[in-house]
Amino acid sequence: MNTNSDYPKRICSTTGFPICRSAEFFVKANAVLGVVFLLIGGIAAILIALTRWQAVHLLPVDWFYRILTLHGINMLIFWILFFEVAILYFVSTTLLKVRLASRLTAWISLVMMFVGAVMVDVTILLGKADVMLSSYLPLLAHPAFYLGIILVAVGTLIAVGNYFATLYIAKKEKTYEGSVPLVVFGATAAAIIAVVTLLHGAVVMVPTFLYSLHLCPQPDPQWYRLLWWGLGHMSQQVNVCAMVAVWYLLAAITTGAKPLNEAVCRSAFVLYILFINLASAHHLLVDPGVSAGWKIWNTSYAMYLAVLASMMHGFTVPASVEVAMRGKGYVRGLFGWLTNAPWRNPGFSAFFLSLLIFGFIGGITGVTLGTQQINIIAHNTLRIPGHFHATVVGGTTLAFMGLTYYVVPLLWRREYILKPLCRLQPYLFGIGILIMSFGMSFAGSMGVSRRSWDIDAGGSIYGPTAHLFLALVGIGGTVAFIALFLYVGLTVGTLLFGRRIAAGKSMEDWGTPKVLSTSPGHDHVAPAPGFAGGATVAEAHPTQGTMVLAVIFLLSFAVYYFANWKALADVWPVR
Amino acid sequence: MNQESSSGLECPKPGWFQAPSGNERTWIGMAVIWCLILSVMMPYWHFRGKQNSTGEAYRVKPADFVKRVEAFVKVNTGEESLVEDGIAPVVPAPPGEVYLLAKQFFWFPVLKLRSGETYRLHISSADVQHGFSLLPMNMNFQIVPGYDHVLTIKPQAPGTYHIVCNEFCGIGHQQMVGKIIVE
Ligand code: HEM
Ligand SMILES: [Cu+2]
Repeated sequence: MNTNSDYPKRICSTTGFPICRSAEFFVKANAVLGVVFLLIGGIAAILIALTRWQAVHLLPVDWFYRILTLHGINMLIFWILFFEVAILYFVSTTLLKVRLASRLTAWISLVMMFVGAVMVDVTILLGKADVMLSSYLPLLAHPAFYLGIILVAVGTLIAVGNYFATLYIAKKEKTYEGSVPLVVFGATAAAIIAVVTLLHGAVVMVPTFLYSLHLCPQPDPQWYRLLWWGLGHMSQQVNVCAMVAVWYLLAAITTGAKPLNEAVCRSAFVLYILFINLASAHHLLVDPGVSAGWKIWNTSYAMYLAVLASMMHGFTVPASVEVAMRGKGYVRGLFGWLTNAPWRNPGFSAFFLSLLIFGFIGGITGVTLGTQQINIIAHNTLRIPGHFHATVVGGTTLAFMGLTYYVVPLLWRREYILKPLCRLQPYLFGIGILIMSFGMSFAGSMGVSRRSWDIDAGGSIYGPTAHLFLALVGIGGTVAFIALFLYVGLTVGTLLFGRRIAAGKSMEDWGTPKVLSTSPGHDHVAPAPGFAGGATVAEAHPTQGTMVLAVIFLLSFAVYYFANWKALADVWPVR
Repeated sequence: MNQESSSGLECPKPGWFQAPSGNERTWIGMAVIWCLILSVMMPYWHFRGKQNSTGEAYRVKPADFVKRVEAFVKVNTGEESLVEDGIAPVVPAPPGEVYLLAKQFFWFPVLKLRSGETYRLHISSADVQHGFSLLPMNMNFQIVPGYDHVLTIKPQAPGTYHIVCNEFCGIGHQQMVGKIIVE
């Protein structure tokens, strides 16, 4: 290690990693702001969920559309971007043992993002931007709305630049040897995609902003759709990348997992970078003026190479947990490693539920709905929110929540309050999102449109079953909201009232698997308390349990996929 | 899966670049095959399947499209007895060009089509974007102003079908419901 690292830092007494003081401040600031926007988005969520449940029908019509706009933007853009910036600063400085490149830049980015976000929220709440998250032209919002989004996008871009500069310093000062750790590699993949994404955002938002000021002619609405989804969809891949990096991180600290094969994991991240930029297309599958050949090539992300990448991570992450657990002596049967996993540890349960929900629900529905022709029976129905609440909410958001249960004790040096509730929270959130996503997907299959205040406004077109599924949206949404509120409350409560962790002491263990004394020949690498150590693996451990899970996954995928082709074959012929 | 491995938090040991082995290798093989099946399904359906979105569309000024719809309605309006809800259903002769206008917050006109015949349905918008959602089949297409989106469709069974707008188009969006009658 390099000795030339005399920046203000402290050594984390739990992990032994050096924590850069200036990075620490910006990690905290960005994470806290992220959680504030999550709360705003969450309050909006419960209001719209209880409006779509038609038996309750809470909001009046204009406020429904307004609050829906608020929800989409605060959740998908503000919460996720602020938290991702926190993750970038955190993993780069901590894992590479380096200082943050520039405090000034971090300040500029933070202020721009915050000012932009406040501008957007105020404009929406004043009723000047009832245009939804996608703000499709020719619908037009107040210029402040576009300017706010541009500020957030540029602010984020600056933060990403700061991240790359930090990587550069680490490389130059040789604070690490060889290749960067896998988690940093994943975060870097996310950062690269973020740059491409945000540039798309600039290309589409700047002319739209100028148009809203009458300074240039109206951009073509179809052009807008293409470019907007270059921003809108690719940013989802930033989320996927960041989420997968967090999976590897949480798997390592809660069970001591080590990636089976670094080359596989890294190649999978590279596939994301290379092929994700095509994903804009699958929002345009039933659009005019876009040819079938173009749609087929692009939606498959060039032959589904990005899907392949997710399937690689989807195997290797649980398999690495399996190997780690077996290495600690949990070798019974196919699933002894899984049943003995630290399910009471919210870092682990959030991570593993995120993996399951993202893979089994989000992934399968996403690939199916994004199939060129199948999209005909899905586009703009509630099936779409049903899908993405399983990816970006049950997947990304839940993983980020799990990470928080470690970041708060490590950075703020306070123990979580009301721990039993913390242990419950990931389950409650996961179950709520599952119920809601299920309700949305089935209502959507019956043709219920997304973004609609009242499905009976034009007469009763839908039967009682559709209403039943909308009730599930309301009920699942309420459960998820309670869990979200719990998460925010517990975290904020901890920042204010949590028991301080004395200097030199490590955080309390949330529950990590102990090495069984019956595990022969495996000498245990002593971990810092609170963190799961890896077992030195003397021989290869089997991954049969994961293989069985993976095969079940593939079968479910095939059933759902072909059932949708069958459903498509039953509708009117159309070309 | 060897002694050298390090967790995702540490730098990998030298020599980490290795081909996958064991179950991981088998799984990647299975995933590749599945992705190939996924890729082949779309071109296969394009040639052999009956439901495709080819994106056939022509540039048109919204005002011009409105004129085309009006001319089409004038030529094809049915008898007085068919008037329903104050709107005359249009009975175009198959096989033919049929026009449908999306406008905040209605669909115009009510079309009357024959089952089993093929129509070229031109849809466009007079103002903002809309979504064409034909129920109860749940067939959905995007309608963008400036683009005459042509769907070549073949109704399969008599009945009354609803067209729900499923792209947010303003505060009256939820009221935007039209009709296609098939006999
Ligand atoms: C308590 C948790 C949540 C609940 C109850 C909830 C509920 C809902 C509901 C009911 C809708 C409206 C669907 C429609 O009518 O079209 C919606 C839309 C949406 N939600 Fe959530 N949601 C939650 C969390 C999240 C999170 C964490 C994110 C992102 C990270 C998110 C992203 C979105 C987006 C992007 C939309 C679409 C907005 C639009 O159509 O413009 N949601 N959500
Ligand atoms: Cu409309």
